[in-house]
Amino acid sequence: LFVFNSPPSRPAVVSAGSPVPGTVSGARSQRTLVEILDAKTREKLCFLDKVEPHATIAEIKNLFTKTHPQWYPARQSLRLDPKGKSLKDEDVLQKLPVGTTATLYFRDLGAQISWVTVFLTEYAGPLFIYLLFYFRVPFIYGHKYDFTSSRHTVVHLACICHSFHYIKRLLETLFVHRFSHGTMPLRNIFKNCTYYWGFAAWMAYYINHPLYTPPTYGAQQVKLALAIFVICQLGNFSIHMALRDLRPAGSKTRKIPYPTKNPFTWLFLLVSCPNYTYEVGSWIGFAIMTQCLPVALFSLVGFTQMTIWAKGKHRSYLKEFRDYPPLRMPIIPFLL
Amino acid sequence: MGRLTEAAAAGGGASAARSAGPPPAPLPLSSTSPGCTATMASSEEDGANGGASEAGEEREAPGKRRRLGLLATVWLTFYNIAMTAGWLVLAIAMVRFYMEKGTHKGLYKSIQKTLKFFQTFALLEIVHCLIGIVPTSVIVAGVQVSSRIFMVWLITHSIKPIQNEESVVLFLVAWTVTEITRYSFYTFSLLDHLPYFIKWARYNFFIILYPVGVAGELLTIYAALPYVKKTGMFSIRLPNKYNVSFDYYYFLLITMASYIPLFPQLYFHMLRQRRKVLHGEVIVEKDD
Repeated sequence: LFVFNSPPSRPAVVSAGSPVPGTVSGARSQRTLVEILDAKTREKLCFLDKVEPHATIAEIKNLFTKTHPQWYPARQSLRLDPKGKSLKDEDVLQKLPVGTTATLYFRDLGAQISWVTVFLTEYAGPLFIYLLFYFRVPFIYGHKYDFTSSRHTVVHLACICHSFHYIKRLLETLFVHRFSHGTMPLRNIFKNCTYYWGFAAWMAYYINHPLYTPPTYGAQQVKLALAIFVICQLGNFSIHMALRDLRPAGSKTRKIPYPTKNPFTWLFLLVSCPNYTYEVGSWIGFAIMTQCLPVALFSLVGFTQMTIWAKGKHRSYLKEFRDYPPLRMPIIPFLL
Repeated sequence: MGRLTEAAAAGGGASAARSAGPPPAPLPLSSTSPGCTATMASSEEDGANGGASEAGEEREAPGKRRRLGLLATVWLTFYNIAMTAGWLVLAIAMVRFYMEKGTHKGLYKSIQKTLKFFQTFALLEIVHCLIGIVPTSVIVAGVQVSSRIFMVWLITHSIKPIQNEESVVLFLVAWTVTEITRYSFYTFSLLDHLPYFIKWARYNFFIILYPVGVAGELLTIYAALPYVKKTGMFSIRLPNKYNVSFDYYYFLLITMASYIPLFPQLYFHMLRQRRKVLHGEVIVEKDD
């Protein structure tokens, strides 16, 4: 019934649902026609007729994929306005400000990759790369150092800490975290891996170097820094567990996190993102332990990025929850 | 992408002066996209590489004008007039030196104080972005000014043997003409009275100046390499108590190599800007 010409291909017409037997004619007239246009060219890409009003955006995305299989749901961005914000998968059609014909604008988000894949790749790299330097694999240091071992205890400790950190991250990715987004743009994996792998190599090079100089204040410094590192790793893990328990499996609900019986989570009283606080703390500990400037720089860069994330998260909490605890700062108690 | 912004230099409040009347408000054009901000930010180098008068990106919704306070407008006007004057003084000093001495040898030494003063003063442009009186991103402005500061202080100032190289004159000329054009463009824009030829100059000179400037800079760094290697300047070797090393020689090699991806990006960005502003072409940006 809906026929028109639209190069290069005719928009597909998809019937979203068959009429429900026994429905009153009034209910049937509520069904919406959904047209999907390209956000840039305004080309009509697809018509969906007889869409149930309570259909979600996710369902519409699935229908759209049927006619354009190269655009799987994860790479679709549908919005009411070509320049507006993306609609969420959970949004229900009838709750949106649309009439009997809903016009949605489509933007291709580009090839997507799952968060889990990205995390596993970006964390496995540093784990492996650091060990290459630790074992002094050939062609890194001079040939006379191949497969030799450092005589400094702190170098061995550093390897254990660094490896533990990334193993922990890998395990958390697999078993702890509950992601609210399934995917991210594909290019992110190159960016992220360059960052993590690059810094890992840079740090590992110096810590495991034959000319490495142990910390100025010796065993005292190492012990203190190691304590900081361990405490912060435990803290970070505690927060991850607390956040996981906040959200039931498979859901995308958001709630205000609160301190639990675990003392490490009491930091929630003072900051919105104590996981980042503990993460920065861990790296500061590692930097002090190894007394290695590249580690300090890595901590600084990480801190900058995490502060940006924490501020963003803090802002969304404030926007979403009227009763958000006012004492909390994004990442550093009382300060930042 | 899809967001349109006009590339405007960090030093100007051009948006404040963008009037509804002629010349038509340049179509905003974006070359930054969320995913590649880092690359593009560093590719927004302007006259640091010679001719590009663009120092950054303006983010502005079509039709919306920035409201600048009176103080900000006055300050920016003063700043841009001062910088125009400064670079003019430099230009005149360079011409006079060459006319009197007939050679470029000693030219750098004669103008170095003025050059250092005005080029270093341009650090303020980062502050302008930070406090928001100029709509350019801080990172973009930062990268641009930093590359200039790098050339002036870390190359020509610090490596004396190369100060009389011809390549130094090459980039100095490119920078001077670029900056005079750029700052006068901003000045006139702020005063709401932009002569077409200034706009024309800003969007055409770069075609020659940009490659010339890049050539001058690269040749200068290249000339400096042997001295850097020999003296080991600005370098830290192992072992040391901070367990870090830095080799300025290799750093310079990497810097030179980085011009290869960056220069074309910037140059073509400028060309696109030019087509938009001067010829009113509507260019649909590639989607991410």
